[in-house]
Amino acid sequence: MSEQARRTPVGPPRRLGTPTPAHLSSDVLERAHQLISLYPEPRSALIPLCHLAQEQDGWLTPEAMADIAGLVGVTPTEVLGTATFYDMLHTEPVGTHVVSICTNIACILNGAAELLEHAESSLGVNAGGTPIDGTITLEEAECLADCDRPPCVQVNHRFVGAQTPESFDQLVAELRAGSRAADIPNHGTLIRVRRTTGLVADPEQVASERADMAEAQAQRAAAAEAAKTASDSAGAKS
Amino acid sequence: MAVTEAPKIVTSRLQYSDSHTLDRYLATGGYEGLKKALAMTPEAVAHEVDTASLLGRGGAGFPAGRKWAMLRKSPVSYLVINGDESEPATFKDHLLVERDPHQLVEGVLIAAYALQVTQVFIFVRGEFALGLERVQAALNDAYAHGAVGSDIFGSGFSVDVVVHPGAGAYICGEETALLESLEGKRGFPRIKPPFFPAAIGLYGEPTIVNNVETMSNLPWILMNGGAAFAALGEGRSTGTRLFALAGHVNNPGVYELEMVKTTFNDLINAPVLGGGIPHGRELKAFIPGGVSAPWFGPDQIDLPLGQDEVGAAGSMLGSGSIVVMDDHTCAVRASWRITKFFSRESCGQCTPCREGSGWLEKIMERIETGNGREQDLDLLLDACDNIAPGLTWPPQQTTICVLGPSIPSSIGSAIQMFRDEFLVHIKEGGCPYE
Repeated sequence: MSEQARRTPVGPPRRLGTPTPAHLSSDVLERAHQLISLYPEPRSALIPLCHLAQEQDGWLTPEAMADIAGLVGVTPTEVLGTATFYDMLHTEPVGTHVVSICTNIACILNGAAELLEHAESSLGVNAGGTPIDGTITLEEAECLADCDRPPCVQVNHRFVGAQTPESFDQLVAELRAGSRAADIPNHGTLIRVRRTTGLVADPEQVASERADMAEAQAQRAAAAEAAKTASDSAGAKS
Repeated sequence: MAVTEAPKIVTSRLQYSDSHTLDRYLATGGYEGLKKALAMTPEAVAHEVDTASLLGRGGAGFPAGRKWAMLRKSPVSYLVINGDESEPATFKDHLLVERDPHQLVEGVLIAAYALQVTQVFIFVRGEFALGLERVQAALNDAYAHGAVGSDIFGSGFSVDVVVHPGAGAYICGEETALLESLEGKRGFPRIKPPFFPAAIGLYGEPTIVNNVETMSNLPWILMNGGAAFAALGEGRSTGTRLFALAGHVNNPGVYELEMVKTTFNDLINAPVLGGGIPHGRELKAFIPGGVSAPWFGPDQIDLPLGQDEVGAAGSMLGSGSIVVMDDHTCAVRASWRITKFFSRESCGQCTPCREGSGWLEKIMERIETGNGREQDLDLLLDACDNIAPGLTWPPQQTTICVLGPSIPSSIGSAIQMFRDEFLVHIKEGGCPYE
């Protein structure tokens, strides 16, 4: 570290990511701004934005994290610190297909350990590894909530049902050949259905709706109050 | 046979392959409960739910009506739906978000109206990619149908619902951790008090957090009345409930059963339900309510599926997931795997849980792989005692959330019920089941 750097620990104000996003594509940026507008505070969009960045790059790159930090107003380190907490956000490259084998209680009672062992030997990597062609990353997962079809397997977080060692090899061959592309998008693409309404609200419309609502509530309260008074006076009479 | 003819409250549409579409939902009475609710006052809707005495279906079993009553009056408040189902062997919410998302949306809207909350977040577990898509598609359709958005069904009530994807962390099922995650942070549970987010929740504002299954019950309750719901079941456990059956059974799956009226024996062995244990094997043990719950042996199989009944017997109905283990199961291996899960999912805030779970997992592993020592059993119990002093049920807490005190459940049960098996592992230097 240079002398200059060591002498100025306080320095300029903390850098909140890249001032103008440079890495995310314009389409992703547009969706990012839409997502941010859905939340009362921009930071709430941090995790959805990480999913978006993974959709673009397949994993969460440092450049994307810097962009996200700028978009939601935190430091890139805070994005990294949050992302590393979550299993689905990969801060290192992964294959185009992340294959997760659950070995939790319901699955291990039904052959999950044997399936994982088979997968490790047939792919030639340990759980967490990616064979050299970069198409598959093997993951040992915790319960994926598909316990009536054990051992449970997901590819890019899409359920593919119970697998035997033979069917697993076939699944891997299909993934490598690209013949499952229709139902299993590449890793990172999580939600293909986009929100179609309520993306851009007119502030005046919102204000007038709120006013209408307050009025309707007041009317209901008054009606309830009137009914209560009526029943009270009826009770007093009887 | 005690499988009652109770109505299917949340699974009535699952017989249709297109149960997730708006067309099917409308054809089967969809959004009628919401319309009925909108014609009532919010207080009357809340009262109906209170009458139903609907217990929260997330795991703690707190009455939804009472939870709603605790919402602090404030200009801004939020409703957050917990769809981060990650308790091992629990897969009921997975079914509901994928197969009947409109029912969830309608329930959410009824709750929002009763609470007069205008901003709702549905937090769905990130691993449910299809579920996330289905809920978003259902919301898009519901907006177009006029059921969500501004002035819903011409009632003057406006509400916005946002689907929020999780990113894979068991701890986010804990409600305060879920709120932290929703704020874009690590899923660290918040220090209590405040004990309920109803006082201080999302962004510090009053927030109600409810489970997916709890919400899915609301349309039926509104249509049929809280009293009709309360008439089902027995005592505090009213209505029907989804039970997720997994492990060594012929027909694993999610079954909607009337509370209390059915026993574990019925659920596991009845031909129309679990269908018994495969290969003609015998029952060794079962977990009655998610892996955080202490285990039961064959002698407790006739207990009814009721919250208080299971609680009194020393365990919990929790998330309503039952894992069956046959007599060829290695108890050490099963409890090791559960401990490994907790060790991996501990968020790392509190020392007893972070360190304890790691050490317990290492000791369990060495016993299972044949490197255990006889004093390891006492060591295990001692470490468990440091996480949950006294090893009582319900457990004492040394940590911010209940994940920590859940760790000793499986180890304590396994040692208590199958101590001999541990000793065989240690003496013979390996697992006798391999």
